[in-house]
Order: sequence, then structure tokens, then C-alpha cells
Amino acid sequence: MDDALVSQLALDQRPASHSLVQTENLCIQFGRQVVLKDVSIAIPRGQTVAIIGESGCGKTMFLKSLMGLIPATSGRVLFDGKDIHSLSEQEMTALRSRFGFVFQNAALFDSMNIQQNIAFPLEQHGVPKGRSSRDLIEQRLREVGLPRNVLPKRPSQLSGGMRKRVGLARALILEPELLLYDEPTTGLDPIMSDVINELILRTRRKYSVTSIVVTHDMHSAKKVADRVIMLYPYSRLLPGESQILFDGTPEQLDHTKDTRVRQFVRGEAGERLMEMLASQTNHVEETPHLHDTIARREADR
Amino acid sequence: MGNQQTSIHESLTGRLNAGFVRVANAWGNVVIQGINTLGDISLFAWRMIVWMVTARPRRETLMPNFYAVGVLSLPVVALTGTFIGMVLAIQSYHQFKTMGLESKLGAVITMSLVRELGPVLAATMLAGRVGSAMAAVIGTMRVTEQIDALVSMGANPIHYLVVPRFLACVLLIPALTIMADFMGIVGGYFFSVVVFGIDHAQYLKNSRDFVGGFDFFTGIFKSFFFGATIAIVSCYRGFHCQAGAEGVGRAATAAFVQSFVMILALDIVLNMFLDGIYYALWPTSGTKLL
Repeated sequence: MDDALVSQLALDQRPASHSLVQTENLCIQFGRQVVLKDVSIAIPRGQTVAIIGESGCGKTMFLKSLMGLIPATSGRVLFDGKDIHSLSEQEMTALRSRFGFVFQNAALFDSMNIQQNIAFPLEQHGVPKGRSSRDLIEQRLREVGLPRNVLPKRPSQLSGGMRKRVGLARALILEPELLLYDEPTTGLDPIMSDVINELILRTRRKYSVTSIVVTHDMHSAKKVADRVIMLYPYSRLLPGESQILFDGTPEQLDHTKDTRVRQFVRGEAGERLMEMLASQTNHVEETPHLHDTIARREADR
Repeated sequence: MGNQQTSIHESLTGRLNAGFVRVANAWGNVVIQGINTLGDISLFAWRMIVWMVTARPRRETLMPNFYAVGVLSLPVVALTGTFIGMVLAIQSYHQFKTMGLESKLGAVITMSLVRELGPVLAATMLAGRVGSAMAAVIGTMRVTEQIDALVSMGANPIHYLVVPRFLACVLLIPALTIMADFMGIVGGYFFSVVVFGIDHAQYLKNSRDFVGGFDFFTGIFKSFFFGATIAIVSCYRGFHCQAGAEGVGRAATAAFVQSFVMILALDIVLNMFLDGIYYALWPTSGTKLL
């Protein structure tokens, strides 16, 4: 057996406490709105996990809470065994050099050209010894299949696919241990979506990076992930149910018994539209001022 | 009959009470929201000060802001300063002429400009030209996740975005104030001496006699506070921008309106404070304000 594969298997078999990233009873709440409730996920080193789920289920919130961009209401987020919410600002800054984040719309800085955008993490954390900033930028640019002539351009001069690839090059510049992708194929044509999928796979092969891909593109999830986790909106869960509806391999995804997971994987609306319409009617009936209005009209009659 | 009157009276009292409760509730909410925002802005300013003194801002973040605040604002401040000086001359000339005091016009124009109009005008132009842009830029960065991207790459957005803008506003607004004062004096001089024919020597002598160093100091001193207010309020509004184009537009408008209101409120407080200092240092001069 290939040595790399053996070591990878050994890494995957380590207990959850040795996971690179782990959440314990993670809760995120805004006022009365519960986004995530008691979500516990452990991700071993080197694994690529796709987090799927319908809009509003808290996928992006989960991803952002892993980086400390959104504070947890309760629960813990552990990176390499350290609770990120207990770290000082300096410690957190140092830790972030081990993360790479590819944003949904790339989030390139408008005020900078492409070269400055890709070089930004190097300015914050320094250039690795024995390397030059220019070499690193050009190498990452080649890896994502972009020509050198994009370097002096502004983000607004690039297409959506090119911007995503620049975002990936920027996230890779410090060779992070954990790469987080927020809907990397959203808004791209099928060919460009697959280019991004291939880049995610290549990046994983080349840098042995742990990746978390938030997506609702099932083709992408099945292609790039070793493991798929499906989150479900907290407001629509049955009492006592976990927000993680599915946690398994992409192959298991096709044989799951849960109708909600099956519907999502196949992209079938099922009873969803009727549920939405019914919830609107319930909402109308439950609204107190409408009760008053109806009562007043009846009294007038 | 009596019962009917009592019930009408009770119904009116009930309605009045309900109306009063509604108004009190609405005003209470406004006051609570105002206090919350003020507390939030104070915390935001405190975090900015901590970052300013603990980490040196980068040259590449400072220079573009210095250029935008100082160099690009200079023409518009100079132009408005000139017009205000001219308008002051036109407005005051006929009033003073009826009293035979037209030669004192220089003192009035120069005093008004250096103490009040120069700093307030420069601050207003800065709030409109730079403050709104700051809120819009930071707001757009918030909406398009660029601020999240900054944080994810280990940069602190307060240190990276707010500190350079604050320093640019605070350090360069005195220069803009001096420019507004100078151009206002030139504009006032032009209309008074060249157009209205007031004696050149008398005009300058009166300006020199009535306007002292403390008056210049008053204007410059106030401008530092105005600059700080513009930067903090505008950046705060940008950071708390709501999603979408409408959110960015609202942030930009709120940045200007709130900066302007705070400049005027600060102007009163600072004038009272400086007036107190002046009469403490020179107790025999003029009438004390408070």
C-alpha cells in the first residue's frame, strides 16, 4: 500500500480528540432566532467534508464560527485541541495563518489589484523563509490556472470564475492546514464549477490539507468530499431531533432512508411548497393584530 | 344623562391615557436607542484608540487616506471658504455702513472666519465629501464580506480600516481649516476693499487689532475634535451597515447627518470651554459668556 495512503488512514483512525477541528455542542443564536443548536462535529486531519443543507440551515454560520468570525452563543470550537474562543486576539491572529477561507463571492479587496490581494496574507504573517513573495504569488496563480497578466488588474476586471480562483490562490498562499470553502461553485457555469471542483481535489492532493466545503451543489459535494454532513434548519426539526440529519460517505448518501435527505439530494420539492404556503397561512392566523382586525370586522357586521 | 357624561369622560380619559402611553413609549424607545448607539460609538472609539496606541499603522494604509482627506478636499474647502468670505462681506457691508462702521468690516469677517466659520465649514465639507465616502466604502466591504476576509487573514479591521482614516481626519483637518480661514479672508478682503472701496490700510489694521492669537487657536483646537468626530461616526456607520445597496446608502447618509449634528453640538460645548479658558487667562477682556 502507498505510504501516503497508510499515513492518511492512520490519521483518519485517530480519536476525535485528535481531530484538527471539532465543535462541541455549538450553539449560535441571534436574539430569539436559533441558527445552530448543539452541533457537535469532529473533522480529522486530511479529510474533505462537504456540509450540505437548504438555505438558512446555518451552513455558512457554522463555517464562520470555525474561524471565530461569528462568536458561539454557547459550546466550543476546538482547532488542534485549542478552544478558539479562549484565545487572545494575538493568539487568534497567529492561528488564522493556519486557516484559508474561500468566500462565496471571493471577497477580493476592491481597492487592491490582484497581486496585492494574493500577497495580503504574506503582508500580515510574513513571507516564509527562503521564498520570495513574487515567486509564491506566481506559483499559486499557476496552480489555479490563471495567467500572470491578471496580476496588475483590479477584481472588477475579472470574471466570476477568475475571481473565485484568485480567492483560492489567496487562501493557499500560506499553505494552510485547514481550507474552508463557502459555496465555491455558486453562480458559476457547469464547466467552471467543475474546474473549481478539480482545483479543490488537486489542492487536497498537493498540500494534504483538511477541507470543509459548504455547498448545496450535490455534484460538487459528491465529487470532492470523503464525508458529507447534512444540516437541517433548527426551526423545522422534530422535537429532540439533532440538526445533523446525515453524516456519512457520499455513497451512503444515495441509500439514506430519511426522506428529507433524499429529497435534498435529488433536488425534489416534494411537499415543501405546500408546507411553505401552509406556514404562511398559519402565520397569518397567528398574527395578533390580524386577529383584532378580523374581530373588529365581525363586530362591525 | 349623568351616567352618559361620566362614560364619555371616562372614554376620553382612557383614550388620552392610551395616547400618552403610546407617545411616551415611542419617545422612550428613541431615547434608549440613542443611549445604546452612543455607548456603542464610545466603545468603538475606545477600541480604535487602543489599536492606535498599541500597533503602528502601515504606511500603505495611511497614505491613500491622507491623500483623500487632505489633497482631494483642499480645492472644495478653499472654494467654499472664498465664497463664505465674500458673502460675509456683502451681508455685513450695508449694515455697518448705516452705522458708519464699514472700516471695521475686516475685524468682523476675520473674527467670524477664524473662530467659527472656517472650522465648521471645513468640517462640514469633510463630513460630506470624506465622511460619507468612508461609510460607503466600509459598508460595502461589510456587505461583500471583505471585512470578514480581512479578519480571516489575521488583520484587525479597526486597525486596518479605522485607525488610518481617524489619523488622516484628525491630523489634516487643521490644515483644511487654515485654508478655509485664509481663502475666506481673501474673499472678504476682495469684496470689501476692491468692490466696496473700503480703505485697504484701515481694513487690515482693524483685522489685526481685533483678532488675536487665541482666536486662531480656538478655530484650530476645535477642528481636531471635529475631525475625530467625522472619522469615528462615519467608520462606525460603515461597520454597522445593513445588507444591500439601500443599507450602504443609508449608512452614507447617516454618517453625514450624525457627524454634522455632532459637530454643531460639540461646537457649543467647545466654545463654552474655550470661552471659560479665555476669561480665566484674561479676566478683564469683554463680557463672559457663562
